[in-house]
Amino acid sequence: MAKNQNQFSDGNSQNQLYVPQPTARPDGFNDFSHLHIPDVEQSDRPAIDCSPHDMRDLAYGLIRVLDDDGKAKGNWNCGVEPQILLQGLKDMLLTRMFDERMQTMHRVGKISFYMKCTGEEAISVAHTAAINFEDMVFPSYRNQGILLARGYNLVDMMCQCLSNARDNCKGRQLPIMYSWKKGNFFSISGNLATQFSQAVGWAMAEAQQGGNRLATTFVGDGSTAELDFHSALNFAATYSPPVILNITNNQWAISSNQVIAGGEKTTFAARGIGFGLPSLRVDGNDFLAVYAATKWAAERARAGLGATLIEYFTYRVAPHSTSDDPSAYRPKNEEDLWPLGDPIERLKTHLINLNEWSEDQHNILIEKIKIKLKKSYKEAESYGTLKTGDRPDVTTMFEDVYEDMPLNLRRQRQEMGL
Amino acid sequence: MAQMNMLEAILSAQKTMLQRDDKVIILGEDVGYFGGVFRATEGLQAEFGTNRVFDTPISENGIVAAAIGMSINGLRPIAEIQFADYIYPAFDQIASEAAKLRYRSGGEYSTNITIRTPCGGGIRGGQTHSQSPEGIFTHVTGINVIMPSNPYDAKGLLISAIESNDPVIFFEPKRLYNGPFYGEPDKSSVGWDTHSKGEVPEGHYSIPFGQAAITRAGQELTIITYGTMVHVVETAVEMTGVDAEIIDLRSLAPIDYDSIINSVNKTGRCLVAHEATKTGGFGAEILSIVQENCFWKLRAPIERVAGWDIPYPHAFEWEYFPGPKRISNAINRIMEA
Repeated sequence: MAKNQNQFSDGNSQNQLYVPQPTARPDGFNDFSHLHIPDVEQSDRPAIDCSPHDMRDLAYGLIRVLDDDGKAKGNWNCGVEPQILLQGLKDMLLTRMFDERMQTMHRVGKISFYMKCTGEEAISVAHTAAINFEDMVFPSYRNQGILLARGYNLVDMMCQCLSNARDNCKGRQLPIMYSWKKGNFFSISGNLATQFSQAVGWAMAEAQQGGNRLATTFVGDGSTAELDFHSALNFAATYSPPVILNITNNQWAISSNQVIAGGEKTTFAARGIGFGLPSLRVDGNDFLAVYAATKWAAERARAGLGATLIEYFTYRVAPHSTSDDPSAYRPKNEEDLWPLGDPIERLKTHLINLNEWSEDQHNILIEKIKIKLKKSYKEAESYGTLKTGDRPDVTTMFEDVYEDMPLNLRRQRQEMGL
Repeated sequence: MAQMNMLEAILSAQKTMLQRDDKVIILGEDVGYFGGVFRATEGLQAEFGTNRVFDTPISENGIVAAAIGMSINGLRPIAEIQFADYIYPAFDQIASEAAKLRYRSGGEYSTNITIRTPCGGGIRGGQTHSQSPEGIFTHVTGINVIMPSNPYDAKGLLISAIESNDPVIFFEPKRLYNGPFYGEPDKSSVGWDTHSKGEVPEGHYSIPFGQAAITRAGQELTIITYGTMVHVVETAVEMTGVDAEIIDLRSLAPIDYDSIINSVNKTGRCLVAHEATKTGGFGAEILSIVQENCFWKLRAPIERVAGWDIPYPHAFEWEYFPGPKRISNAINRIMEA
């Protein structure tokens, strides 16, 4: 043991605390050459009733379907209909352009805050394509692709970000903390990972009531360190409810690299192994791989075989939020050297290879989305912004704390003169 | 009517609700086969099955999170936290999630969970089995905080808690489970069979939140208290011979302003007693209500008797406990002022 500890010391001090560091900081260089990216054909696809014990390798490998040339290959290539892929491409593009539009609106002071999911679109969009609309989503804050893939109204999303008169959260939440009950999309919490264990409870209730829906939930690599993550895995292993537990490993939790969440010596998917959960590690920038892994987990859940843990390996191209500047803590060109590429480009290339898509069609689509976003934003702004125009009625500020307003709140509302 | 101790009343409330509403389920550590370490769920798994009454991993965070998730999927969960002292790992789920869900989602989502948890000392439980953390939760808007002092109230309030569409934390003063405790540990304990509130209907009834009970009417002094201290205060009042009015709050959030204000305006004197530590405790809130509403009727300074600001010490349990002597001293000070 002493020898192992010494490998982390500077040679002068025997007792220095080991604090892991990312491969590079702003003055350094990281081309990810230290990563081992397995070949597309390398991963086995087990039967859905496979014992977690017999598929442990999948927690350490990387399930991929699209190779570097945009060809679909390997055991996880499940022959997805082009229609689904085309819709996925549109939804990913819409997600990216929606983000860009809202980022711009933040820059010009129309909204107070925003969080983009650039480079991570395949995770939300392909996952959504592989489950049913009735399945219940317990999202994290970078899952806007799920809303868009489920067809949530763009104007409603924008109104939430604007905290205006039509904001369905009534001006109570930061932008992007959406809630869409009709879309089976749970209210986003700013407290990390709390949704992870709630999703397990929801799925327990589904099993308890003999239903056929499943719950799915997302957490980041950083917040796998939260208590809720471990409670969720424990309860999911104990009760085998129909739930998919998803980790978006985008490698950065604000300025903390995934090594600070304990990602240096093992994978996040491997967290599931100790709980006896089937655990998959997936190329998160590969639409087909995300789709195939989700399908596998969903089939398993619906067959009454319980939960699956999935880690999507990706890269957070965007800053953490509009309040963050990544150039303060990571190399500026890191995202360009990220070897798993851009999920939109990869699926686009694949569809062009299949003769299902073309550059021209792509450019036309971009123009169409631009117009749609512009039109939607114009309408959204007509319901007000945080600074100008209509806000939700201020008298509603005291509502919904309880089902019926207690006396202290009624008195405080009176005190405000409302 | 039947004779019940407080545990039997709590068991009866849960059984009544399991029978009436098939969405009601119970989860918690040891609550299933064994029926709970205090036996508050005894026999319920055998009667209603493991689908409705089941054991959980030792994870208070997981228990409350799962209960919230289950409620979102249409169930009405009762979660037992084995001791109130163990509730802290669940604090984020209670304070950030259950309490704020209705508000943050613009009313789209809400949770109806009931968290039952035994609290309070006087059972030689040491600092990890004796705490009264109600004041930590009364400061969280969005949850109801309840603490009954007798079997009749316990059943009626617990049924209200289970039927409520808001989250409720239901504190059960465990020293009262088997009988009223008058603050004199050396005297032989008495059961609920000699107390009028040990008479409990077997069927369904409920007591609304936000209504205090006047357990003793009086003209000279108002004593505001709840939980175990309701009975301890009775002893102190008898020791002093003062014609005191005792208010058992029962429900801390929402609180019954009118009962407090009307009584203090009548008597002109006020004492607040709770078992929890003093500084920043719920008693301070009661004092503030009295001061804001009754100042011109007050004839003496308001006093507080509470647990000392120390962890509950095992060997010095009765030195910590705000017993009849400390309360009667405070009553006398107020009357002499």
